[in-house]
Formats: sequence, structure tokens, C-alpha cells
Amino acid sequence: MAEQLPPVDVAIIGGGWTGSIIGKELAAAGQRVVILERGEPRWPSPDFQGPNVHDELKYTRRHALHQNAATETYTFRNNTRQTALPMRRWQFAYPGTHLGGAGNHWSGAYYRFHPTDFNLRSHYTERYGAGIFDDDLTCQDWPVSYDELEPYFDRFDYLIGASGQAGNLKGEQQEGGNPFEPWRSRPYPNPPMKVPYAPALFGEAARSLGYHPYVQPSALATRPYVNSEGLHMSACVYCGFCSNFGCEHFAKASPQVCILPVAMKMDNFEIRTGAHVLRVELSPDKKRATGVTYVDAAGNERFQPADTVVLCAFSINNVRLLLLSGIGKPYDPETDTGVVGRNYTHQTTSGVNLFFDESVNINPFMGAGAVAVTMDDFCADNFDHGPHGFVGGGYLQIQVVSGAPIGYHPTPKGTPAWGPEWKRAVRRYYNHSASITITGSAQPTRGGYLSLDPTYQDAWGQPLLRITYDLPDNDIRMSAFLTAKGDEIGKAMKGVVRTEPGPRKRPFSATAYQSTHLTGGAAMGDDPSTSVVNRYGQVWDVPNVFVTGASLFPQNSCFNPTGTVGATAYWIVDKIKADYLRSPGPLVST
Amino acid sequence: MEEKPVLSRRHVLKALTVGVPGAAWAVRARGAPQDAHREAAASTERTLRFFNTREAQAMDAIAARLIPADDLGPGAKEAGATYFLDGQLAGAWGAGDQLYRQGPFQPGTPEQGYQLSFTPAEMIRRGLAALDEAARKRDGKPFAELDAERQDAWLRAMQAGEADFSPLPSAIFFQALLEGVIEGFFSDPMYGGNRDMAGWKLVGFPGAYASFSNDIERHGVAWAGQPVSIAMARPHDAHRKEDHG
Repeated sequence: MAEQLPPVDVAIIGGGWTGSIIGKELAAAGQRVVILERGEPRWPSPDFQGPNVHDELKYTRRHALHQNAATETYTFRNNTRQTALPMRRWQFAYPGTHLGGAGNHWSGAYYRFHPTDFNLRSHYTERYGAGIFDDDLTCQDWPVSYDELEPYFDRFDYLIGASGQAGNLKGEQQEGGNPFEPWRSRPYPNPPMKVPYAPALFGEAARSLGYHPYVQPSALATRPYVNSEGLHMSACVYCGFCSNFGCEHFAKASPQVCILPVAMKMDNFEIRTGAHVLRVELSPDKKRATGVTYVDAAGNERFQPADTVVLCAFSINNVRLLLLSGIGKPYDPETDTGVVGRNYTHQTTSGVNLFFDESVNINPFMGAGAVAVTMDDFCADNFDHGPHGFVGGGYLQIQVVSGAPIGYHPTPKGTPAWGPEWKRAVRRYYNHSASITITGSAQPTRGGYLSLDPTYQDAWGQPLLRITYDLPDNDIRMSAFLTAKGDEIGKAMKGVVRTEPGPRKRPFSATAYQSTHLTGGAAMGDDPSTSVVNRYGQVWDVPNVFVTGASLFPQNSCFNPTGTVGATAYWIVDKIKADYLRSPGPLVST
Repeated sequence: MEEKPVLSRRHVLKALTVGVPGAAWAVRARGAPQDAHREAAASTERTLRFFNTREAQAMDAIAARLIPADDLGPGAKEAGATYFLDGQLAGAWGAGDQLYRQGPFQPGTPEQGYQLSFTPAEMIRRGLAALDEAARKRDGKPFAELDAERQDAWLRAMQAGEADFSPLPSAIFFQALLEGVIEGFFSDPMYGGNRDMAGWKLVGFPGAYASFSNDIERHGVAWAGQPVSIAMARPHDAHRKEDHG
């Protein structure tokens, strides 16, 4: 029997970006807030200090900041005819754990979704006709528009000290910025990042071909900055240890750097670490959450009563919590009914490996998670899709994330995997290689969804989340198109002696890392038959439960999710503060 | 940071021939005295926690073929890959602390990834024994005593999954060996491999270096500093008491 704890106003599951934003905002509004974080407390000082944090083995290979697959993983299959099997170790994505979540070990690539990402179905239908959508695609419009979210994107920019050059200020094109940028109400709070050699060469070649390269916006401060919470960030020093690492410099934005120190000064705000939530408890009529049951660090079951519950775990872990709690109708691909688990996607990435003449010194270790030159010419609907027959697009870039050599020692195809020739090739190419990264949108299909696994369980005896997914034909066509464009640019780059384009092929494999951008499963929408939550993240069926994060996306944009995750968190909490607290109940009538 | 002259190729070759104990496992097992100038370090560094002597010899021989010593510098054996793996396999990772181990275990598709019940420690131990047994049966000697050509032939057979080590698929064992040896060649020296930062010097990786603010926009200029390991660098937040009198 779980021990019952004193009630709180708001129980938040997960201490990452959205939990920290919403927790701090609601505490400031007078609510008694507790954040239940399954991991340990981790802080830039002393936990992420140098030189010890510069440890590829610990952080990348041994997953120091990733969810422990031994205790909780996902099962995977390509389609419903297969039996899903557990991912016994992490390869395809790195879900975060510990305070700050994936907001700790992220790279800091920082984008807003494009306006047409929000009205995808209606926009493409209007411009190209409904036939541009393959029959298997279940893409749908968001219930909110870019214009509605813009103030919240802006707010997140100034929280995280975003760096970049504005391309479009209130509709006015800006010199030196991205001409395809969605309009923004204010400039970035900090100037763009420095540009390493390989991205500069990419930019030169892309410009020579008539494209519009620009310096990728980032969540790494480029100068000393005091953020919107009054907290200090320092300038990035380009040490090359961002992705999978905590930042020692207070330069990479994270909940610990940007919000939590302010929240923790409030007496009515508490973070409880080592609290593994099992489920949200419901009233007998299933119309109201009564609180949250969790297992504490010592293994004791506790019941935390709460008036409002906010799901702020890692994207698809929110979907698992909904399923474990019996909230919302689970999606059934056979009948195409139900909503929880529907419209799961990943990120349809590909790349072109480049090998340079030995006279070109790339210095791949001089970088940062988000230092890149990017072009949006083939993103969103920035180009005519008519001749190509697919929906979506992707950005092309060279970014210099890490030269840490356990993971980074590129050799051309045909090089043996070991022995003297391998060693010679590793030495020859280490400082003379780069790759063009292509980050594509991902469209959902009727067969791609999340559900509870019937066989495999986590360390607490609860079913694992089962991922059923393969790449839709739409995305295969898109990837072929984008990767060919990348190859053209690679061939035009100075000093490149060999290019190796790698467009995506079916079947989707869970054995290669392709991003931690797992999205959908708790789609936000206007129609309860195709969405889990309304436009304010409020569960249709259980109005005192809110869901946040990338699980809300009806499909995935090509742009990295964190900007939109942060903006939607502010959008949701603003509505809670403005209307819901005064009058708890459905914010949208059905 | 202390400036050190870049090692000449001749120095590297000299280090290879005299500096690094190749067959030290056997020497130690017989209780012979250590090379005097290395004694202090070696007495702790060369004590094995996971491998027995025979396994360590096989591991050394494998490392020497996967990343060989040559005119470019030391290989994985000289860099201490065996010692690195010994520490990893004796610890939490070797015991599968990051590996989901609940059954049922069943073969899946290639897209579903690793589906065996072996922890890293169990796999390496079983695989090394199977390799030695197979080598004895076919070639009359354990793997470590075969000539390089035969060793390579065994490694290729494992890589292709043609060697029968059932129930352990030899290709999966080979992949684990290769990943482990590469980790041992390129991870921070504090884990026992990458001795003298040999792996980092091969490619020119600076290691736990703190900042490239001043270098990142010097396009095309090869970085010419010396690498830094975590053990060598001063922690930013730690002050030795004597520094403050």
C-alpha cells in the first residue's frame, strides 16, 4: 500500500525543460508545486566540471546522462506482423534522465518550427491538392498557428540566451540572416556563433550554387548574458563537448542554468529526485486525476495527491504514462480508432560523408553541439513540391559537434574495419573529413504508433512502451531528393576528393543513432477523435491532466524540437495561469 | 601547460621496442621482477581484475592485430587495450548495468539489434575460450601463439560469422572485441588504455582540452598543441590545500 503524502496543488512528472518552465511559472503564481524527477540531481558545478566532464567513454559510450536501458527501454518492431523485441542497449536515440533531462545533454541546435509546419495538411492541400498526401499518411494540422505561438518562442529565446542573426524581423528581411526564417518579434538576444572551417566551406559552396546558407541559431550563449530570469550565462568556448555532455561553462542552456535556481528560492516549489512515477491515479469515474503514484529512491511506493498533474517526462515517456494510467483511448491501427500512441514519428535524417585532400585541415574537435552553417532552401514549403511528389523537407548543414575519436574516426567506404589499412586510413582522414547532415521532417502513418508491450516489462514490473515504426514512402522520396542536393553541394566544396551520399532506405533500423527527436503519440488537436489533448495541452478526457513536450506534435518538422517544446510549454502554462486556475475545467468545449 | 617536443618517428619506434611490456602477463604470472623504472606504475597497472593470464594473452594478441603497431606509432596492445578492457569487464558495464536483460530472449530482425543474454563480461570470456579452443583444434596452438597470418584468418572468420563458437555468434563476439579495442585505444588514459595518449596522437585529437575560442576561426590551420588527458589536467574546481599556504 502506497504511503499517502500531504497534497499539493500541482504534481509535475519530470524535471526537464517543460517541467522546469511550468513548475517555476505556477509556483510564482502561488501554487504549491512538486516536480517528481526519477534521476539524480545534477548541476553544472560541481557535477559537470572540467576536465572530468570531457570524458567520451563515460558520457557517450556509457550513457551517463541517458535513461538506463537496463531498467527501462522500449521494444521495437517495423510493423504489426512482427513481434517487438526490446532495445537492449541504446543506439537509435538517447532519452535523457537526471535533473534537466535531455535538456542537459542536448546539442543546443535551436530552431522554431516553420509556419507551414502548423497547418501542414491544409497548406499543402491548398497549394498542391489533396493528392500530394500518400494514402497512408495521417498528418494533420496543429490546433495553434505559428503567429499565436510567436510570443512564446520569443520568451524561450530570451530564457535560453539564444544566439543567431535574425533573418525576418516582423516581416522585414534582415541582411545576413536566413531569408526563409519565420518572422520574429525581436532579434536573437546574442550574436551568432563562430564558424569553423568545414561549415564555412559548406556555406561557400552552397552560396555558389545559389542557395542561402546562414549560421545556425543555437542555445549556446556567445557572450556573457543575463537571461529573462536574471540568471547568468557565460560565452561558449567551443570545447567540442556538448552532445551527450553537461556544459561546464554555463554556456549551453539547460533547466539548471536558466530556470531552476530561481524556482528553488520559492518555498512553494520542490524538486523530489529519485522519484520514479508509476502512473497517474484517476477517480472512479476516470474523469479526474487524484494524484500520482511513484517509487521513491529507497523503493517505497508513495501516493502524491494533487489537484493538477502535468506530464513533463521525455516525449514518448509521456505517452507511456498516459497508457499506464488508462488516460485516453489507446490507438488501434487495425480500426484506425483511438488516439493515445497515434502519429508517432522520429526524424528522417541522412547525410553525405566528405573526404578532403590532405591540405585541408578540418580540426573536427574545434566545435560545439550547435555550431553549424545551415540552409533552409529545401525545408518546409520553401520550394515547389509539385514536381517531387512528397510532403515536407529538410535542412542541409555542416555542423562540428565532436571530434572525440571513439565515435569519430571516419574512413571511406571499402576501408577494412581493422588492421594496418584501417589504421592508416583513420590517420589519413581524421583531420580531413566532414559530413553534410540532412535533417528531414517525418510524416506519420497509420501503421506507426506507440502502445504497451504485451511481454516485456521495466524494473518496476510495468509494460515497456512498444514502438511500431517504419519510414513512409513519402519520407524515402524526400530523403533521396535532399541527399542528392547535399551531394551536389559536397562535390562543389573546396578540397573535397570524395563524397558518399547516404539516403535513407527502408526498413527503419533501431541499431543506428539518428537523433533523440522522438515525437507524437499525444497529439494536440481540435478534434478529440484524432488528438489526445486540446490546444492548451489539456487531456480531453481528464481535464486536470496536462501534457507537454514533443509528444504533442502531430508530425515532426525538419527543425529540431526544443524551440517548439519550450514555446508550447510557455503557451500552456500561460493559459493555465490565466484561466484554468481560476476555473478548473475544460478550456475548450467539445 | 608544459611544452613538450613532438616525438620523432625514431623515438616512437624505440618506445615500441623497449618501453611497453608486451608479454608482461606471463612474466608477472611467473613472479619475475618488473622492469625497474616502471615498477611503481606497473605494479598496480598490470594487475588483472577480470582476465586470467591466458585470456590476457589472447586479448593482447587480438589487440595487436586489430590495431597493429607500425611506423605510424603504437597499436592497441601497446596502448593498453587489454588493461582497459580488463577494467571495463570487471566493473559495472561488464556486468551489464546498461543492458536490458529480461527475457524472453528470441532472435529478431537485424533492425531490432542485440538480442542475446550475454553481458559484455560473459560474452568476452566465453568468446576468448571458444577462440582458443578452436585455434588449438585447427592449428594446434592457442590463438596468441599463432603467427600473424593465422591470427588474421581467425579474426576474418569471426568477423564474417564463419567461425562456430555456438551458442555465441562469432560475428557478434568479433564486433564486441573491435568496439572494446577501439574504446581502449581512444578513451581517456585514466581508464588504462590509450597509454601515453597514443590513440589521440595518431589522429591529432587534443583530448580533454578546455577551449578553442581563439583557434576555431583560424581556418585550415592544423592544431599543433599537445593533447591533455583528464588525469594530467587540473580540475577547475579543486584547489590543493598547500596552494593556499
